[in-house]
Amino acid sequence: MSGATAFDPAAVRAQFPLLMRGLDGGPLHYLDNGATSQLPQAVLDAMIRFETTSRANVLRSVHRLAEAATDAYEGARLDIARYLNVPGDEIIFTSGTTSAINLVARSFGEGMQPGDEVVVSLLEHHGNFVPWQMLRDRRGITLKILPVTDEGRIDLSALTRTVTKRTKLIALAHVSNVTGAVTDVAPVVAAARTVGARVLLDGAQRTPHGPLDLPGLGIDFYAFSGHKMFGPTGIGCLWAKKELLASMPPLMGGGEMIRTVTVERTEWADVPHKFEAGTPPIAQAVGLGAAVRWLMQLDWTSASAHEMRLTQRVLDGLGRLKGARVIGPSGLQGRAPVISFELAGAHPHDVCQILDGFGVALRGGHHCAQPLMDHFGVAGTTRASLALYNNDADVDALLTGLDAAAAKLR
Amino acid sequence: MSDDLYQQAIMERAKQPVGAGRLAAPDASVTVDNPLCGDRITLDLKLIDGTIAAVGHQVRGCALCQASASVIASTAVGQKPAAALAGHEVLRGVLGGSEASAPWAALGIFAPVRRHKSRHDCVLLPFEALARALAQAKPA
Ligand SMILES: Cc1ncc(COP(=O)(O)O)c(C=O)c1O
Repeated sequence: MSGATAFDPAAVRAQFPLLMRGLDGGPLHYLDNGATSQLPQAVLDAMIRFETTSRANVLRSVHRLAEAATDAYEGARLDIARYLNVPGDEIIFTSGTTSAINLVARSFGEGMQPGDEVVVSLLEHHGNFVPWQMLRDRRGITLKILPVTDEGRIDLSALTRTVTKRTKLIALAHVSNVTGAVTDVAPVVAAARTVGARVLLDGAQRTPHGPLDLPGLGIDFYAFSGHKMFGPTGIGCLWAKKELLASMPPLMGGGEMIRTVTVERTEWADVPHKFEAGTPPIAQAVGLGAAVRWLMQLDWTSASAHEMRLTQRVLDGLGRLKGARVIGPSGLQGRAPVISFELAGAHPHDVCQILDGFGVALRGGHHCAQPLMDHFGVAGTTRASLALYNNDADVDALLTGLDAAAAKLR
Repeated sequence: MSDDLYQQAIMERAKQPVGAGRLAAPDASVTVDNPLCGDRITLDLKLIDGTIAAVGHQVRGCALCQASASVIASTAVGQKPAAALAGHEVLRGVLGGSEASAPWAALGIFAPVRRHKSRHDCVLLPFEALARALAQAKPA
């Protein structure tokens, strides 16, 4: 990126107060970023600044404080739009990925007819699975499921036999929160275009790893969460093209989403406010805006190389650990720094508990992807998910802890 | 540190659980899930003249869950349902800081779990299954 500063992993880490504080007097090796990432000082500062200098409701009052609040809120929307290379009025604030996808299912989905089809995959997070099952039960649509390969990727070779003239939407994870596989978007878009279907990507695990060009992907909807990309909880976004959003009915009625209300009828506000009924999470939106500004000043070529080098170290370490099996791509090609594995004879929760003793925060379990767990014949996996602030000491602690866990549990 | 959870007493139970495997013709059989972690136990009971004659279990879960199921199988056989159900209370007590009392003294091995709230359900799950199985076995 032009104007980007060089990427210095130690300097980046130093901007995260919680990481520097450590845990109970020892170091913290936070490798649960796929669940929630930590907050840099810049985001905390932006939220405190907003709450102490500009707190007021948005889009309502004309006093100066209210104008400052509206500017901060709408400014955050523009920053997020820049991160994704889209126009600002195509960004809808939601409470996160789950609510963004539910919005599409409830609004866009209500236009579907019995027999219409939605295509998802077996590796979806429940957040991109259950809303479509619910739509199926509400509207009588057919839910079709793309299989996954042995490497834990969505099997795109099944697209041609799965997508039909009745397909209205293909909704897939951009990056799997279990296997770390990055979905190859071009064939999905091509398959959708042949039948006039829309494409939704669940970007929850992609947005923490650098800016995106959504128009270049050729997709129609993109959903993500602030808390996984160094922003606060309670905020996320749905992106869609303006014409598409304009054609969709609002989900909730109330204040801030109307133009005029009479006793007889209501005229909706324009996109995006049509979809933002009620007082939004303003400080959280401001925090997410600060997070993407912080992300955009980094050199992502170097940051990605750093994340991938650590990922390779974890994969190598697991390769040497007896009884360990990676559930996901074995190499770095088409892979994000999310690494799931099974340790023969050891339950993921026991592994995580022992690793906690080494100051290593991991996640074990089904990762809200039970259909995928069933496919691989496991109750759950242990997952290390890395962020740009992780370092070699984090990987060392992980591998040392796993040796100890293997010795203890087997 | 959480290492204290994986002491010998628990790990021995977990690695060689008493009662592992299904019963051939159980009088009651229940499957209970922990929706948070995906752990699952199937517990079979055989009763003869109102006394627990055999316990079998199949656990897809962590070491704590395995060990807990093992304690049930080694303690509940020969007990009346009421005495077996009392084990649930003894275990809750242990997780709350009390001593384990006979005939459920073996539950004392779970004292280190007390400090790990997120793991309480792991040890309690088999007892929930036991309670449900006993309710199912109750003659109508
Ligand atoms: C791929 C994916 N989709 C959806 C979600 C749900 O995100 P949220 O809970 O922030 O709505 C997650 C996070 O857990 C995820 O990893």
